[in-house]
Amino acid sequence: MTMVYDDTGDEATADVPVRKIRFTINGRKKVAEIEPRLLLADLIRRGVGLTGTHRGCDTTNCGACTVLVDGRAGKSCTMLAVQVDGREVTTVEGLATASELHPLQEGFKQEHGLQCGFCTPGMMLSAKALLDRNPDPTEEDVRWAISGNLCRCTGYQNIVKSVLWAAAKLREREPEPAEASAVNKVEG
Amino acid sequence: MTTTADESRALDEIKIGGLGSSRKRVEDDRFIRGKGNYVDDVVLPGMLHMEILRSPLAHARIKSIDASKAWALPGVRLVLTGEMMATRNLAWMPTLSYDTQAVLATDKVRFQGQEVACVIADDPYIAKDACELIEVDYEPLPPIMNPWQGLAEDAPVIRDDKVNQADNVVYNWEVGDKAGTDRAFEQADVISKMELHYPRSHPSPIECCGSVADFNRATQKLTVYLTSQAPHIVRAAVAMVAELPEHMIRIVSPDIGGGFGNKVPIYPGYVCSILASILLECPVKWIEDKTGNLISTGFARDVYLKGEMALRKDGKILGVRMHTDADHGAFFSDAQPSKFKIGLMHSAFAAYDVPAAHLTARGVYTNKAPGGVAYRCSFRVTEAMFFQERMVQAAADDLGMDQAAFRRMNFVRDDDFPHRTPFGFLTDSGQYAKCLEVGLKAIDYENFRKEQAEARKRGRLLGLGISTMTEPLGAGNSREYDILGIKMFDSAELKVHMTGKAILRTGAKTQGQGHETTWAQIVAHELGIPADDVVVEEGDTDTAPFGMGTYASRSTPVAGAAVAMVSRKIRAKARKLAAHLLEVSEEDIEWELGRFYVRSAPGRGVTIQECAMAAYSNMPDGMEPGLENTAYYDPPNLTWPFAVYIVTVEVDPETGVWDVLRMVAVDDCGVRINPMIVEGQIMGGLTEAYAMASMQFITFDADGNCVGSNYMDYLLPSAWETPGYELHSEVVTPCPHHPIGAKGIGECAAVGGPAAFVNAVMDAISETGVRNIDMPVLPDRVWEALTYRRDVSGAPPIRQD
Ligand code: FES
Ligand code: FES
Repeated sequence: MTMVYDDTGDEATADVPVRKIRFTINGRKKVAEIEPRLLLADLIRRGVGLTGTHRGCDTTNCGACTVLVDGRAGKSCTMLAVQVDGREVTTVEGLATASELHPLQEGFKQEHGLQCGFCTPGMMLSAKALLDRNPDPTEEDVRWAISGNLCRCTGYQNIVKSVLWAAAKLREREPEPAEASAVNKVEG
Repeated sequence: MTTTADESRALDEIKIGGLGSSRKRVEDDRFIRGKGNYVDDVVLPGMLHMEILRSPLAHARIKSIDASKAWALPGVRLVLTGEMMATRNLAWMPTLSYDTQAVLATDKVRFQGQEVACVIADDPYIAKDACELIEVDYEPLPPIMNPWQGLAEDAPVIRDDKVNQADNVVYNWEVGDKAGTDRAFEQADVISKMELHYPRSHPSPIECCGSVADFNRATQKLTVYLTSQAPHIVRAAVAMVAELPEHMIRIVSPDIGGGFGNKVPIYPGYVCSILASILLECPVKWIEDKTGNLISTGFARDVYLKGEMALRKDGKILGVRMHTDADHGAFFSDAQPSKFKIGLMHSAFAAYDVPAAHLTARGVYTNKAPGGVAYRCSFRVTEAMFFQERMVQAAADDLGMDQAAFRRMNFVRDDDFPHRTPFGFLTDSGQYAKCLEVGLKAIDYENFRKEQAEARKRGRLLGLGISTMTEPLGAGNSREYDILGIKMFDSAELKVHMTGKAILRTGAKTQGQGHETTWAQIVAHELGIPADDVVVEEGDTDTAPFGMGTYASRSTPVAGAAVAMVSRKIRAKARKLAAHLLEVSEEDIEWELGRFYVRSAPGRGVTIQECAMAAYSNMPDGMEPGLENTAYYDPPNLTWPFAVYIVTVEVDPETGVWDVLRMVAVDDCGVRINPMIVEGQIMGGLTEAYAMASMQFITFDADGNCVGSNYMDYLLPSAWETPGYELHSEVVTPCPHHPIGAKGIGECAAVGGPAAFVNAVMDAISETGVRNIDMPVLPDRVWEALTYRRDVSGAPPIRQD
């Protein structure tokens, strides 16, 4: 983060280390000068100013901070910002296009998959990582895929329904050729 | 016009999103896009960041604090200690239970995690670094980790700051009929006893607490964005504690990432951020981390029960005796109505026809965090219902009676309402036996019992647990319910604009319950204005009418009623406007949803929107313009929803691990405004019930260290562990005194659910003769019960073996 300090003449002020990183977030290229210890969640929230990525626990347990890094779900509270140098980050703000919501977003609204909404961005991104590799998951698959994301409000049943709703919607939208989906499964 | 006289032009209520419509939630549109506005999302120009230094010890005298190294760190703007707070008379603050609580410790620390100092810096990382540079010299004192240690002869007095506090007792309190209860026990054929501990639990919303305080020297106005379920209470408290004029304080609760009672109290972090902003004349943000939240903010439960039931041979309950010892931590800060020391514990047995009951309650100070919040419950009703249903299960077993038959026999009957409970509440309505029958049928009770007997022959342990609950929701009526003297009413303000669109504000504060969706549905029901045309706002004390906030499932019973009442006031004025427009007298006008018409010529009518336009453009002579009003609703009584929860489990005899086979929930919460949202509330509550029964608790070791101060130790169920639920909504008993017949629902499942799980496990291992395993019913506790055939206590300190 770019910081302005009171110049107290100390060595400490002069010594704040800075690293320059380049990364892509939701399709936009960025350059940042950051302290090496800066966490990815802070880069996203305070640096880029995208506040849809939440912080609940800082110990990799709650999943509220989940983002995609090169398509894989990861917890931004325990990743360093420097780790995304040269990589691509997707946050909840990158799910919808200008004109259209992502089916996961629609699904969460249709199936009442959220209450306070705090866990929702992370849930949707974990679910997206699942659907990208397995377009036709079972309830068990969904429960397992989101087991790193805690929700205190919903009891999960409607979240599972929301993800299955989105999966069905995605399948009907882009019926995949048989071989392609087989390949997908192998990768997953 | 060609309409015939009997052709109704009333709107289709479901289509306009009225009562009973499972309308999709309007708040979702921002949350699914990541566009919510939670406190941590608030960024103000020049904002500084605050971090709290917490005590590593549970009980110690503070000999000295040296903050010089912290001050010297570049980027640090201010270090606050108790001593500095004391110079401004802010080292201590009042709690919601007429006790005091330290803001920053001065003399002693009284629990692990207590706030000792604060650093305000340019950046949160710097503030954290600086906290580590503060040197505190502690002289350790013996920690008190449960009430029994606190009550011991030689126990150190935790609250030596209080004059006249010679021991660790917070209060002794009683309610009920002692003499009558004694007589019932003299006449009893069987006396059934139960002792247990409801463990300390933490509501733990995923979002922690936080505040952004912004004092503007030029205008003298203090604005605080803060995670509060009750922003108006915060405003009143800040006015009193910080001695700022109330009209110069604006509290804004933006979107809240779950509350469950945790966000009702006023926390030291809020106070420190406010003082820092005043001193520095900059906005100051404080965002608590998870450890801070779990270790220091409002816990719930931590109550020990000694319960006894006087029973007649045929199964009739003659009397109930309860004694509770509550562990309140270092400060008595329960967020509950002032009159009742152990909350509404005396709602126990409200669903049963019990002739006499007596409750004594004692509160004890310990070296643990303060709290005693209403964690998804109406002020300790969770403990009351858990104790009740564990006692009922043991009583039926002691009598050798069937669990369902024993309950059925003792329920209050449908024609017996309003019913005076043994502790003096007046329950309003219900169909208890019918709910039980629905539940038993759904779980296929008779067949399960056969299956269970069969399985047992083959060494498999199946169990079935029943729990019922009725909960007093909607505190309160102002005669009996107040917090810090403020009566517990609530409010709604409705402004209908000239084009018939409207804005509604209430004194409640949604934290996921969906008020923005459901309140508009009540307006649609009362006025025929489509719900989509009503925007709902809450949480800003500068614009919202004064209200007591959202907790204890009070919003639908109280604020929701206020919404109906303000809509009716609007309708009354619209009727006058309609008479004017239709050129008839008011008595000749009839109402159907969305429209007034002339009784003798139903085809002649005006819509509510036309009335709204007239209110601003064509009102009769002498009428005040506008179509706006406010209603304050003081409920005549609490609402009493009822529920039956039935769980089946299988216990592994080798490991003690238990799995839920099925969970059936029958909830009668009266009229459901939005059935989809109601079911969401029930499933959320059931999950917290499952969490408390199976894994979630906060405990302590003998040295006072908190076990459960992060999500690695404080276990919450994920989607993987959480069972599926079967919900039943066929029993509907409208509340007779609520304007739209609704009752509270948000907490019922969390209140009534835990006993169903525990009763199921106890049923599965009934052959061991073990009477109780304390929650959470961890596999190792079940294993211990199976192996040693003895009760398993979960009371702290935890055993070191
Ligand atoms: S904040 Fe990252 S997992 Fe909880
Ligand atoms: S919706 Fe509140 S935590 Fe999931």
